[in-house]
Amino acid sequence: MAAKTRRYSARDVTILVIGLGVAIIVNVGLIWGPTLASIGLSGTSWNGIGPMEWVGGRNYVDLVNDYPPFWSAIRNNVLWLGFLGLVATPFGLFCAVLLDRRLKLSRVYQSVLYTPVVLSLAVVGFIAQLVYSSDYGVLNAVTGLKVDWLGDRSINIWVVMVAAAWRHVGYVMIIYLAGLKAVDPALKEAAAIDGANEAQAFFRVVFPTLRPVNVIVLVITVIEALRAFDIVYAINKGRNGLELLSVLVTENIVGEASRIGFGSAIAVILLVITLGFIVVYLSQLFKEDR
Amino acid sequence: MTLTAPVTPRELQDGPPPVRRPARPLRILLYAFLSLVALGWVLPLALAVYASLRPYEETSRLGYFSLPEHLTLDYYGEAWSQAELPRYFLNTLIVVIPGVLITLFMASFTAFAIARLRIPGRKALLITFTAGNLLPPQVLITPLYTLYTLVPLPSWLSDSQSLYDSYLGLILVHVGFQFGFCVFVMSNFMRTIPEEITEAALVDGAGVWRRYWQLTLPLCRPVLAALATLEFTFMYNDFLWALVLMSSGDKLPVTSALNNLRGQFFTDYNLLAAGSMLVALPTLIVFQMLHKQFVAGLTLGATKG
Repeated sequence: MAAKTRRYSARDVTILVIGLGVAIIVNVGLIWGPTLASIGLSGTSWNGIGPMEWVGGRNYVDLVNDYPPFWSAIRNNVLWLGFLGLVATPFGLFCAVLLDRRLKLSRVYQSVLYTPVVLSLAVVGFIAQLVYSSDYGVLNAVTGLKVDWLGDRSINIWVVMVAAAWRHVGYVMIIYLAGLKAVDPALKEAAAIDGANEAQAFFRVVFPTLRPVNVIVLVITVIEALRAFDIVYAINKGRNGLELLSVLVTENIVGEASRIGFGSAIAVILLVITLGFIVVYLSQLFKEDR
Repeated sequence: MTLTAPVTPRELQDGPPPVRRPARPLRILLYAFLSLVALGWVLPLALAVYASLRPYEETSRLGYFSLPEHLTLDYYGEAWSQAELPRYFLNTLIVVIPGVLITLFMASFTAFAIARLRIPGRKALLITFTAGNLLPPQVLITPLYTLYTLVPLPSWLSDSQSLYDSYLGLILVHVGFQFGFCVFVMSNFMRTIPEEITEAALVDGAGVWRRYWQLTLPLCRPVLAALATLEFTFMYNDFLWALVLMSSGDKLPVTSALNNLRGQFFTDYNLLAAGSMLVALPTLIVFQMLHKQFVAGLTLGATKG
């Protein structure tokens, strides 16, 4: 690919400047500008109306020392990530591997597994209530238990994660399936001829070639875990054991107590965690470009 | 990039099992396992449909896991008329249709500039846009909310006279947030189009716009279809933006309005189930009809090069 030096006419330059200019303005104005502003606001005690007062790191100190929901949110986000990453994602991969064989009903199974992905997480939250409701939910009816699945704060996060995984598995499965289809069948044949069994062929030959897909799936999993919001909000507004960082941020601005500075401090913590993963992901992605 | 493995239809029919295939019992186990999983996946949805067809009085007496005494479509009627779902569906369309179109238009031009023109700083741009799409919305929602309340709009555009609580504001935030993903997918796609195709036009002295609109975009139809399907679902399913950036109940999109079916003190879950199914229906239909585009949209970003 030899770089072509080509001159653009004045009209070309105008079109480019306008086209890219609008894109950049929208992106900076709505995404990166507010993100930077979050960092700034996190150092103030602003309540949205009065004058802004600089308080330095006090919001962070308060957050860590005097705000119990923060620690339950951290714990829940970590659990969420662990559950999606260690249970839902491997299960999605497993299903993809099974469906990659030429099965008669492969398309049907795929559609079924994939259906929850197109549902809004808010709808998933409502469906979860039908299943888990303590008085007349299906789970208690079938098992004969009398557990308040969504109300008991020691277990509700787990059952909600199962609902979230219900949606996540299909997502991961479809991406891995596409990745597996792109694997050269000759590789598997060669492995089989060399006497590798199915598991060996998969782990030693196929899985390593899936590396780019693995990175994508990893990032999707992390991002989904950090973004988790709708489902707990639909269930109980993210309270009583279902605290998440995203919920705490939202609560601090839409709630009656508009503590913008404090909410921003939580947002910044979320940002720092996310950026770590984004940097790893993008450097991986763009390294392969060369 | 070969995505389709050669399929020999003969193998799918009955016949002697080819060599190096799992033995029959294993095959049966495989089907049994997958059927079980599929069942587990369908069950919650089936349950919601079932619950929505039964009167509240009955399920509160017998529980959701019981044989029906009456089946009725009344809840659908109630959700449709009493909860004014049509109005909220309309709100969703007011936001989602321009949202998808503007996103695709802007993203395709940006992707074109990044992938096909050697503009300076193209890589930095692509990284910035892609990274922006990966941020959790909550990271920027507080300043955005404040910004929205401060930006004035003429009253013919928004009766709240600010970007806050306006359709335009919601459209804008969707465009801003989905833009990065679309640029990423489309620039990957455009890079796979052979340069020779536009070479001739280049020699003819075609301008940037003609090369974008008449030469590149028509070749991008599959990716545009895939992204349109996907973006429709993403924007349709949005819950958070409307929750934070809208205040008038009657302007909410349908996904967020679903919460209205909850009473202050008492929630009729059967009504909620009917409402949920009605809200889920459009995306389920889109998915069933455009299954191929939908999956392509998700995997185009994933399996590049």
